[in-house]
This record gives sequence, structure tokens and C-alpha cells, in this order.
Amino acid sequence: MSSLLALLSKDLLLEWRERARSLSVLLFAVVTLLLFSFALGPDVETLREATPGVLVLALLLSSTLALNESFRLEREDRALEGLVMRPVSLTALFYAKASANALLLTFLGPVVVALAVVFYSLEIDVATMTRLVGLWCLGAAGLAAPGTLYAAMTSRLKSQDVALPLLLFPLVVPVLLASVKAMGLVLTGDAMNQLRSWLTLLLAFDIIYWSVCGLLFRFAVEEGE
Amino acid sequence: MNIRKLLVLAGLGLAAVGTYFGLFVAPPERHMGDVQRIMYVHVPSAWIAMLLYTLAFGFAIALLWSGRQKWDDLMVGAIEVGVVLNALLLVQGSLWGRATWGVWWDWDVRLTTSLVMAILFAGVLVLRRMAPNEERRSQWSAVATVVAFIDVPLVYFCVRWWRSLHQIQSSPDTVDPAMVLPLRLNSFGLLFLALAWMLWRAAIERSSRRASEVPLPTRVAIEESAHA
Repeated sequence: MSSLLALLSKDLLLEWRERARSLSVLLFAVVTLLLFSFALGPDVETLREATPGVLVLALLLSSTLALNESFRLEREDRALEGLVMRPVSLTALFYAKASANALLLTFLGPVVVALAVVFYSLEIDVATMTRLVGLWCLGAAGLAAPGTLYAAMTSRLKSQDVALPLLLFPLVVPVLLASVKAMGLVLTGDAMNQLRSWLTLLLAFDIIYWSVCGLLFRFAVEEGE
Repeated sequence: MNIRKLLVLAGLGLAAVGTYFGLFVAPPERHMGDVQRIMYVHVPSAWIAMLLYTLAFGFAIALLWSGRQKWDDLMVGAIEVGVVLNALLLVQGSLWGRATWGVWWDWDVRLTTSLVMAILFAGVLVLRRMAPNEERRSQWSAVATVVAFIDVPLVYFCVRWWRSLHQIQSSPDTVDPAMVLPLRLNSFGLLFLALAWMLWRAAIERSSRRASEVPLPTRVAIEESAHA
């Protein structure tokens, strides 16, 4: 546990020292939001309807950037090799890395949701906005676990920028669907009382991904890396 | 005669009889007419593709557990044949959908799951091609196979909540026995053919691995003596 915390604080410190990198991920999410507005047209009504999908896609697209970056640093100067040789368990390494990635993606949430409120003229109160951010965080957690597992593998490849989204996007279809549905229900009102079931589903996916990927990580990165 | 040839012969025989029964003996379906006969290849493709993915999952677990390369050979065989059958399944389904629903594609649970499944397992094959060395290749493919296999029920469940149009499964009790017979024959025929194909692919993988294990000077010497 202590090694997990040490690794996590190392990752967070790295994020802090490389603020420009984290900010560029945020900027990318904002640009995605902007591009979708242009693609879907200036009609506010259409944009408002598409908001949940646009938000989740912004999260998904920026996640690949963040995930690729998180292992690029570790591969530089063979830092990962040094880490693996230390007496820390690979499982702790995975959970620290996945938590750091989840936190970075979570940090995008409030900003992107707030911008969506402004761009798409959403008339929502603070409680609804908080719920949207909460769902964003659950989605981010669902992306971070399989994303970290795959990024650990693809970071060794020359074509990592192609490989990661190719492998990750079809895998996270359940997270994408559940988040979009839940966000839609939060925005348009939950007349049929469906929100709870989508939320449970999203949580279940998070738990499954976090446990399965944690178990498999040691096969993706091994001693002698 | 080795097991693969036996499987091919049995498979071809069963599929030939099954197809004959399916096309000429089984009655046409009341609403869809002759179009429904595509079921005799569509349903077996789905079953056998699922079975192959399940086998691949088993081989992946065995590989991660034991580290023995023979599981990797079998796993790549199962995934490749599974992906081909999966692609055929999508094409057949699309044709059938056009004829009965009037659309080539619908975002229904089984269609969407089949498509995502094909992409997931094709992704495993892509990752395989990119891996830097042999040990990484087998371990990464096994990891990706396990994750993909676990993901399929999640996708299915999620899309089912999202929407549905595809009919639910029929059971043999509700289907005319004249329709069940060709379906069973074709399913076993396809099963034997797919297994033979999987074993063949595994044998190719094993040979190419062994060839790459031979040190380069020896390989050059062998090639030179072959040319001489």
C-alpha cells in the first residue's frame, strides 16, 4: 500500500512538473468540444441534444493523449525498467499509474462540462452540473484502467499512437454507452427512473475493468523489461 | 490419415448433406419464404465463431498460466478462424436483414455486439503483428484476448439495454424438425472444418516459430545446401 502511494505521488508530481503537458490534454478536450459544435451546426437545440455524446467523446479522445503520454515518459531513459527492478509489485505500479491517469482525466471534467454549459446554452443548476461531473469521473475511471494496461503494451511500439485507440476504443463501448445514457438522463430528466440502473452498470464496468486489468498487468510489463 | 484430414472430410460431408437438406428438403418459412434458408449458414457461423473465441480465451489463460508456446499457436489459430467466421456472420446477417427488415444494418444488440466482437479480436491480431519480440507477442496477445473475451458480454448487456430488434433465440421445441436437421448437420460440419482450420493454422505458427529459433548461420547453411 505504501509503495502504491509512493508511486502515485511520483506520478502526480510528474504531472505537476509537466503542467504544460496536462494543460495540452485539457486544451485538446476543449478543441474537441469546439469541433463538434462546428460539425453539428449552430442550431442550439441540436447541440443541446448531442451534449452527452459530445462530452463523452471529448473525454475518450483526450484520454488517448493522456494515456500515451503517461508511458512515454516512463520509456524515456528506461525509467520503467528501473522501476520494475525495484522491490515494488507490478500490481501496485498498475494501480498507481491507473489512478494517476484517472485523476488527470477527472481534472478535465469540471472545465469541459462548464464550457459545454456555456457553448451549448444548457440551462442547468449547480446540482445537475455536479452530477454531470460525477458521471464524467466514473467514465474517466472506466477508461483509465484498460487504457493504462494497453498503453503499457503499446508504449513499446513505434506506432503507439495508432495502436492504442485501435485497441482501446472498441473495448470501452460499454463505458461510452452507459456514460452517454446516464448523462442524457441527467440533462433531460429521468421520467422512467432509469438513471440508477445505468449508474449501477457504469460502476460495475469500472469494478470489472479495474480488477481484471490489475490482474493482467504483470503479463503486459514484465521483469527484464 | 491424420486428425485434420479426418475433420475436413467429416466437415465437408456433413455440410454437403446439411446444405442439401436446407435448400431442398426443409420447408420455406411462412413469412420470410426462401430467404430464411440463409439461417442454415448464419446460425452455425455465429455459434462456431463464439465457440472459437471461447477456445481462444481458454488457450490464453493456459498460456498465461504455463507460459508454454503451444497454447499461443492454438490461440492464434482460434482467433484467426473466429474473426473470419465473424466477418462472414456480419455479411450474411446484413443480407438477411436487407431482405426481411428492409435495412442493411440496424443498431440492434446482436448486430452491434458481433461487430464490436470482430473489431476487438481483429485488434488482438493487429497487436500481435506489432509486438517487438516473440515472448511479448504471445503474452500480449493472451492479455488482449482475455480482456476482449470478458468485454463481449458487457457489450451485449449494455447494447441490449440500449435497444433491440433482432428476434430472440428459438429453441428446437418451437422449430419444425425438418428445419432443425439441416441446422444441426451444418453446425457440426462447420465445427469440424473450423477445428481443422484452427489446427492447421497452429501448425503453421509452430513451424514458423521453430524456423525463427534456428540461429542465422545455420539457417543460411541449410538454405545454401538446399540450393546446391
